[in-house]
Amino acid sequence: MLEIECPWCGPRDQDEFSYGGEAHIVRPLSPENLNDREWGDYLFFRDNKKGQHAEQWCHAAGCRRWFNVIRDTVSYRIVSVYRSGDSSSGESP
Amino acid sequence: MKKDRYSVFSLARNAVNYHQDWAEAWRSPDPAGEYDVIVVGGGGHGLATAYYLASEHNVGRVALLEKGWIGGGNTGRNTTIVRSNYLWDESAHLYEKSLKLWEGLSQELNFNVMFSQRGVMNLGHTLQDMRDIYRRSNANRLNGIDSEILLPGQIKEIVPAMNVSGNTRHPVLGASYQPRGGVARHDAVAWGYARAADSRGVDIIQNCEVTGIRQENGSVRGVETSRGYIGAKKVAVVVAGHASVLAQMGGFRLPVESHPLQALVSEPLKPVLDTVVMSNAVHGYVSQSDKGELVIGAGIDAYTGYGQRGSFSIIEGNVAAIVELFPVFSRVRMLRQWGGIVDVCPDACPIISKTPVNGLYFNCGWGTGGFKATPGSGWVFAHTVANDEPHRLNAAFELDRFYSGALIDEHGAAGVAH
Repeated sequence: MLEIECPWCGPRDQDEFSYGGEAHIVRPLSPENLNDREWGDYLFFRDNKKGQHAEQWCHAAGCRRWFNVIRDTVSYRIVSVYRSGDSSSGESP
Repeated sequence: MKKDRYSVFSLARNAVNYHQDWAEAWRSPDPAGEYDVIVVGGGGHGLATAYYLASEHNVGRVALLEKGWIGGGNTGRNTTIVRSNYLWDESAHLYEKSLKLWEGLSQELNFNVMFSQRGVMNLGHTLQDMRDIYRRSNANRLNGIDSEILLPGQIKEIVPAMNVSGNTRHPVLGASYQPRGGVARHDAVAWGYARAADSRGVDIIQNCEVTGIRQENGSVRGVETSRGYIGAKKVAVVVAGHASVLAQMGGFRLPVESHPLQALVSEPLKPVLDTVVMSNAVHGYVSQSDKGELVIGAGIDAYTGYGQRGSFSIIEGNVAAIVELFPVFSRVRMLRQWGGIVDVCPDACPIISKTPVNGLYFNCGWGTGGFKATPGSGWVFAHTVANDEPHRLNAAFELDRFYSGALIDEHGAAGVAH
């Protein structure tokens, strides 16, 4: 089980959170200009990294806010937590 | 390479020698410098692929590389359920081909895979569950797949231990039942295919991890391994949870994500359950092994992971569902619990496909239900590799479907519990 530190509520049990998949996938600004390959890549293809993985979590049973987590997908250890819009080093862009 | 056939006579002959003289079931050769086809991954699917390459397509020099020992991954970790009651034509045909191969597998491999057609029951708990079950059952029949609808009284006759009173949080309203479904002995499947493939000349090389895929001008040339470089005209990758890692070596990405999937077994009990019971809604499935253990499967964790373990809350929810269905199991003690890594596709269907690299093929994305497909998966993948084009049974399972949009959406129908 994971203990996840919500950037707003502090450390809470994993059961309070829902998982939102790989982070930092930017929705294309003009999807009508994409070909099928680019759209398919955006929609379905993922890094699925073995190692440090940037991912989104939502504190569903708490403040209901989304944030990002860097987690090791082998040891499951959480390396860092940062708010949406911030970079993984914790600084605002 | 010619092997003695296993039979009652070979058993008697070896009994005379106190079973000291059984020949090894497969060789452990050193890798040659080059092969016609290298199969990466020594699970059931990889072993079946190697076997059918040699037996159906007469490919001369085939090697199978396994980073650990054969059958040591998901083949040895699953809950061994075999069925073919899928909703859509494409998947129904693929899994039914597999089920037909299961039915003759012990004879074909001369190895008892203990395939037991004890039936598979999929429960419905809501009106919508039942509508879906009727729809799927009718679709199965139109595809020539056996399927029956059972009402609670009929379920009770087959599974007396189940609570079908309606007085539960998720009442049992009915079920679909596939009598030809069942379970098989997972290790025996790996060993049977390994022995049969070896006797047809396949080199099974264990403790040999692939660390790179060598390419030239967009075509595959061979693989870098922990035992050195091995050349190959074609490379067929069947590595379940690690498909994305191997794809990265090939220089492309896949639409799969790897998740932990857990299962558990109880202490051995006297016979109490002689069929397979599955429930998508409450997310549990259970059968009883020949040793008497209840074999219980849970669901995947939502997060991705390669760590071969999942969260306790998944087990907790799973066991709660099983105990509600079978109150008599509430005091059964669990012996062990484990996790495996499954690679899940967005449409809950596999990828059995050519790739952007010429001569490189991938078979992955089976998600939580690959075991049942072991023979069929190997059969169509061997065809795809040998002919450089898919068989009509797996033509719809190409990687390109994620660009064309022709997905095969099995999530709602049969994709939850496997």
